[in-house]
Amino acid sequence: MSEKERIALPPVDAQKTNLTCHHCIVGCGYHVYKWPVGTEGGRAPNENALGRDFRTQQPPLSGAMTPAMVNVVEEGGKKYNIMIQPDKECVVNQGLTSTRGGQMASVMYNPDSPTRDRLKHPRMFTGDDWVDVNWEEAMKLYAGVTKRLLDTFGPDSIMFNVFDHGGAGGGFENTWGSGKLMFSALKTQMVRIHNRPAYNSECHATRDMGIGELNNSYEDSELSDCIMYIGANAYETQTNYFLAHALPNLTGATVDKKKKWFKGESVDKGRFILVDPRRSLTTAICEMNGKDRVLHLQINPGTDTALFNGLMTYVVDKGWHDKDFIAKHTTGFDKALKANRMSLSECSKITGISVADLKKAADWAYKPKKSGHRPRTAHLYEKGIIWGNDNYRIQSALADLVLATHNVGRRGTGVCRLGGHQEGYARPPYPGKRPIYIDQEIIKGNGKMLTVWACNAFQSTLNAQEYRQTLYRRANIVRDALAQVRGGNIDEMVDAVFDAVTNRGGLFVATIDLYPTKFAQASHMMLPAVHPGEMNLTSMNGERRMRLSERFMDPPGEALPDCLIAAKIANTMKAMYEKEGNKAMAKQFSGFDWKTEEDAFNDGFRKPKGIDSQGGGTGNLVTYERLRKHGNNGVQLPVKEYKHGKLIGTEMVYTDYKFSTDDGKAHFLPATWTGLPAMVESQRKKYKFWINNGRTNHIWQTAYHDQRMDFRTERYPMAPIEINPKDAKALGIESGDVVEVYNDFGSTFAMAYLVDDMKPGYTFMLFGYFNGNVGDVVTSWTDRNYIPYYKGTWADIRKVSSMAEYKESVSFKPRRFV
Amino acid sequence: MSKLSRRGFLKLGGAGVAAGAASMTPANALAKSESQNPGATTLPYPNKAIAKAKSLPKNKAVHFNYPDELSPCAVIRMGKPVPGGVGPNKDIVAYSTLCTHMGCPVSYDPSSRDFKCPCHFSVFDSEKKGQMVTGQATENLPRIRLEYDAKTDSVTAVGVNGLIFGRQANVL
Repeated sequence: MSEKERIALPPVDAQKTNLTCHHCIVGCGYHVYKWPVGTEGGRAPNENALGRDFRTQQPPLSGAMTPAMVNVVEEGGKKYNIMIQPDKECVVNQGLTSTRGGQMASVMYNPDSPTRDRLKHPRMFTGDDWVDVNWEEAMKLYAGVTKRLLDTFGPDSIMFNVFDHGGAGGGFENTWGSGKLMFSALKTQMVRIHNRPAYNSECHATRDMGIGELNNSYEDSELSDCIMYIGANAYETQTNYFLAHALPNLTGATVDKKKKWFKGESVDKGRFILVDPRRSLTTAICEMNGKDRVLHLQINPGTDTALFNGLMTYVVDKGWHDKDFIAKHTTGFDKALKANRMSLSECSKITGISVADLKKAADWAYKPKKSGHRPRTAHLYEKGIIWGNDNYRIQSALADLVLATHNVGRRGTGVCRLGGHQEGYARPPYPGKRPIYIDQEIIKGNGKMLTVWACNAFQSTLNAQEYRQTLYRRANIVRDALAQVRGGNIDEMVDAVFDAVTNRGGLFVATIDLYPTKFAQASHMMLPAVHPGEMNLTSMNGERRMRLSERFMDPPGEALPDCLIAAKIANTMKAMYEKEGNKAMAKQFSGFDWKTEEDAFNDGFRKPKGIDSQGGGTGNLVTYERLRKHGNNGVQLPVKEYKHGKLIGTEMVYTDYKFSTDDGKAHFLPATWTGLPAMVESQRKKYKFWINNGRTNHIWQTAYHDQRMDFRTERYPMAPIEINPKDAKALGIESGDVVEVYNDFGSTFAMAYLVDDMKPGYTFMLFGYFNGNVGDVVTSWTDRNYIPYYKGTWADIRKVSSMAEYKESVSFKPRRFV
Repeated sequence: MSKLSRRGFLKLGGAGVAAGAASMTPANALAKSESQNPGATTLPYPNKAIAKAKSLPKNKAVHFNYPDELSPCAVIRMGKPVPGGVGPNKDIVAYSTLCTHMGCPVSYDPSSRDFKCPCHFSVFDSEKKGQMVTGQATENLPRIRLEYDAKTDSVTAVGVNGLIFGRQANVL
């Protein structure tokens, strides 16, 4: 843990650039100050770039500045200090910083810091160890194997686990570069996304219904009469969206704004309904700030579809649905209502929520206001239902309720996912007809080559133990073959790999990442990539706000942006086909003559015709230069026009009620409650504990940076699992003990954390951690589009060991504020 | 800065905080922006006697200022040995009471034996070296380095581990 007692201030002439946070979907705005090492600003306000007076104590809320916000980086062979500060003028975070964003400077590459093990060069596994090689040699092997497989077996032999998002490990440049390589050049359909086993949407149902999942603005949370958080823990996972926009609505700070916006309508402090089997930190903080305006629906796991169906039935029977809207702008209402119909008593029995609370929720969210106006209710959801019991069915049921009550396309409403990472999707269309369960293909022995790109399924997939065991077994066949190539050149290595994957069931594995990941331990090649700050990168946040994160430093060694790695692969393939005179294939791999990430941006996002882009059809209006001028406030996609030197964006989608369907109408979808899937039910019957799982605010994604940061690992040396104290006592478990979590699908280990707020029989384990992986005990069940049911995990728990060090150094105090 | 945050601070901060903030006037800014001792590798922390160990109430925060009058701190006798604790029972610890996130005053909760920040809900464990239990800070709560003299039973503040909020260096 850093215990610095002083830090250097940026001088007044420090370079100042824009940086959108690397981490969660909210995409807070930051400024990077950069100045030569050996110089620093003074403490007087006219002597430092922050304009603050450090000759005296700065008052509370005057701005964040911590040792985690400074570092030393290199550019052009020179060393520079950096300080990364939250932008007070950014409308997203308004100067706030989360525990993740606040450490951005610390995770930038510095060979004298915990980031020293960033990949600097490509590496190949030869014999029994890793060797650094240059890009030319690496490409000879990678493209050599790829070409041999493509020519012999076709594109289905070539698989990818790949990012599809924005922020770090993503961005419009990089989704385009990798997508063009996979879908246009290689034409493979054997692709899965970073956190799920197929190439599919996490919001397939709402899209089928004509509603994109990011349809409002963060400002709408200031305007809602009611916010329903469903399976979402916004304080920990969309922190500054919650703190800067939603919580002020609960406390009444936005009432004046509502009066101004909605003249003649009854307005009041917001009411919050939280649908969650767990009393999350968000619930606790909301209750502390307005107990009488907060309703926690502590739902039984996996019963969300029943909840929405019960509410929809009640609302329609009360006549609170919007008949005019339904008639004019939707189809399928009657059929859906018939399929979804459920009485409140049945709903209560299934969900475990009292009829009184169900009625209260319906009153708050859907009953006409005193003024007669329909309430403005935002339905904000995330992994509780995305990784819930039948993703497609739950989202259909939710959006049915939303459409019936006309809670989309009006300010203060919206049916939106809250999101994990930022967005930044621009790719050619996926070449398959349907998603393919790629993990099962690997397990079945299919595929001959796998590229793992900016992701790590060992920590972020379902049925992970079987997947990992299979992967290691197949990869080791190739490792053994490579070890036999004694004194051989690259061509002979390609021959050895080809033989191993063709005749012996092997799998050739390459990882493209910032660090040597856990997955890389099973691979044969690592290619070094970069993150924002080391490249110019565009992304959009959860309200479709697109910004340009500006490059301010050199990447380590020869590391490259993903789009330029894709270009290197494609250009090597192209040259190989040209050499053998295969013009058709050379043409298939052409179009990657990019020198910079901006070239990739201009080739993809700015040419939207015929591609799938979150920029819609107007991406051509956006340029780096125009975005740079918009700073950390950027522009909300889709861009409507470029006028008077400004990009004009879209604050809310569907205000014109033109939904994203062929007929422009929103489509209700039937969503009958059918209970738990049989595979999940078998585990529930057999094992005692529900292993709910998700995030904590300390840890980002797979902890790819965090596992190197003392501040994080001292807090969580292992994945914590929250357990009810009585349950723990019965098993002889205390906080700080190492426990095993096991069921029919696998076993994993965690650090026990006793929590009074956990219901008996319920637990909550950190998802995706590097030390303790809940994916090992998640069943292989998915919905119809291969979306996992991570939350549908039941297992038994036993004490393994008592760790004196954990008990000494780790806090087991209540995380919930009250 | 969010409107919420400012309001939350004013509402929850309490009178003591307001008084503390009011005293943060430029008149107290005696230190110059130039270093007075270019050869020093450590900050010139003062030694300040803050309490007699026996006089400290159990599990109750006693407030003092360190290393100067603009920096509010709290010393607590936890009642059982804790990591970093000093005194006859190794149970006395002290911390800066400005949240490392954005400087709001944290308050000691004797029931959970931790410090809580009302602005953005960070929690710091007084029994685990100020470890952030949850919240939005990127640093644990700065620890006041204490020395204990058994002869006189006095607890003396001699330095700070970690950067106090709102400062470029702990010593102004």
